[in-house]
Amino acid sequence: MATAGALSTAGTRYQPIAGRPRIVWAFLDALVLAKRSVLETVRVPELIMFVAIQPIMFVLLFRYVFGGAIQVPGGQYVNFLMPGIFVQTVAFGGVTTAIGLAQDMQRGIIDRFRSLPMSSSAVLTGRTIADLARNLFTVIIMLTVGFLVGFRPGGTPFEFLLGILLLLGVSFGFSWISAFIGLLVRSVEAAQSGGFIWLFPLTFASSAFVPVATMPGWLQTFARHNPISVLADALRGLFHVNPLLTTADTRSALLQSVAWIAAILIVFVPLSVMRYRRTTAR
Amino acid sequence: MATDYAVHAEGLVKHYGRVRALDGLNLDVAEGSLLALLGPNGAGKTTAVRIFTTLLQPDGGHATVAGFDVVRDADRIKSQIGLAGQNVAIDEYLTGLENLEMIGRLYHLAGRDAKRRAHELLMQFDLIDAANRIAKTYSGGMRRRLDLAASLVLLPPLLFLDEPTTGLDPRSRRQVWGMISSLVSEGSTILLTTQYLEEADELANRIAVVDAGRVIAEGTSDELKDRVGGNRIEIAVAKDADLARAAEVARRHFSSEVNVDPTQRRISAPSKNGTSQLAGLVRDFDSAGVDIVDLQLHRPSLDDVFLTLTGHQAEEEKAVAPSGRWQRRPR
Repeated sequence: MATAGALSTAGTRYQPIAGRPRIVWAFLDALVLAKRSVLETVRVPELIMFVAIQPIMFVLLFRYVFGGAIQVPGGQYVNFLMPGIFVQTVAFGGVTTAIGLAQDMQRGIIDRFRSLPMSSSAVLTGRTIADLARNLFTVIIMLTVGFLVGFRPGGTPFEFLLGILLLLGVSFGFSWISAFIGLLVRSVEAAQSGGFIWLFPLTFASSAFVPVATMPGWLQTFARHNPISVLADALRGLFHVNPLLTTADTRSALLQSVAWIAAILIVFVPLSVMRYRRTTAR
Repeated sequence: MATDYAVHAEGLVKHYGRVRALDGLNLDVAEGSLLALLGPNGAGKTTAVRIFTTLLQPDGGHATVAGFDVVRDADRIKSQIGLAGQNVAIDEYLTGLENLEMIGRLYHLAGRDAKRRAHELLMQFDLIDAANRIAKTYSGGMRRRLDLAASLVLLPPLLFLDEPTTGLDPRSRRQVWGMISSLVSEGSTILLTTQYLEEADELANRIAVVDAGRVIAEGTSDELKDRVGGNRIEIAVAKDADLARAAEVARRHFSSEVNVDPTQRRISAPSKNGTSQLAGLVRDFDSAGVDIVDLQLHRPSLDDVFLTLTGHQAEEEKAVAPSGRWQRRPR
């Protein structure tokens, strides 16, 4: 016979920790949820593919398929390519936030989270922090593969670290855009297509893979002001892989990059949190 | 202002576009009791639960939960309630233990306490052997139990269970019922939504029947059944010639309200004491030489409740769910 009725539900009542400021809880709650998201990545084989295999493929394909045909002034294509592909990859990596949030809404887990006395930004911050961890892992893999196929960054260790930090900033910013998309769409499928679709024109109509000078005039205007170009150029400057970039160019690109990331966060963090507060499971 | 009610709602209104999901819902749940919100899909049950659990804001009316206003004091309500929604809200890729620990941490328990409480719940809910397996590998019943456990992490005084047994097999349903009963007997207040009269019957102190966004009847299970008319006995005879004689026999047993349907050769009457009446009835039909082809004791179903209370079938449900869902489940 089933244990029905025999079960007791009496239990120990533990007291929640009191007296910590809200901002501390916002961070601690986010870490709890970031851990959840990272565990998921490790346990879902498809996600490992996305995080590790796909970026490697991109590096190899561009290096060996397009690399021969694409001429870059003043240097080797592999050195031009790698910073671009880094930026593109971390921007794409943010889409896991959109997909994850859409999934949470479909499964109803968002209702549970929203019924808990936790920080209301934590579900979103948790996902974006997890993206950060995943993207860092991806960047390390790509650096390794890049190095094997001839990528040789110059510059000081400090500049190199600054470059990696910049990439993490890009990751964080794009994850928040993605969070907003994830909360807007109605299904995981929509999050998948909606999360990627705008990234293709943005990343390809930029200096990420080819020099902007080869594009038609109207496209050049877009490409030059495209944040992906700005970010890729800042990274090229920091890695000293493009001899045409002066120190002043690099500094300007770096400042613009930081401004872009800040602007994205200023717009999309409050937007997403507001949207989250009004979201229920579907 | 403090009321004696754990949940109190007055004229709640909620629109989704042009759809009026709640249309002036009034409700009271007494402390320490279980109230079942009974109604078809689309009646507004989940919307009501979402307003009480502060997930949604009402467009009109007002409600208090644990004495706090659902709009102004939403944050204070959250540490008083547990919610188990319609979908099983657990993370498929975390283990049972990790799921409960995570909820504990989000309730701001210390790490050590969250772990202890998770263990305790896994023991109670018969999941301890599966504690370190990811929830994706759990059966439907196990997921539902884990979900229920997650709503109990802080032992909240007030629980909202939105269709907690939908999709469960009879054994798992019984198990969940056992847990819910045990919670009430240990002092929890519970608001439960269900589509099944049987479930409301089994668990609830009081039942509120919801249709089109308002409560159309409220009372104990017996009170509601009386309004529907209680059990009915239905007899079908083989030959037209027998019908009059059979009706006469029936009238001797059920002084009034014997309904005769000549086209179907059927007789029906309300039955007060069910099966014991059946034996005598069969004997008398036998001695009167009436040939019976069908005889059944018909218990009121939710359809009957609806038909009686609203004068219409629960149409929406018919369109949404697979047929047969409305039938009273066999015991």
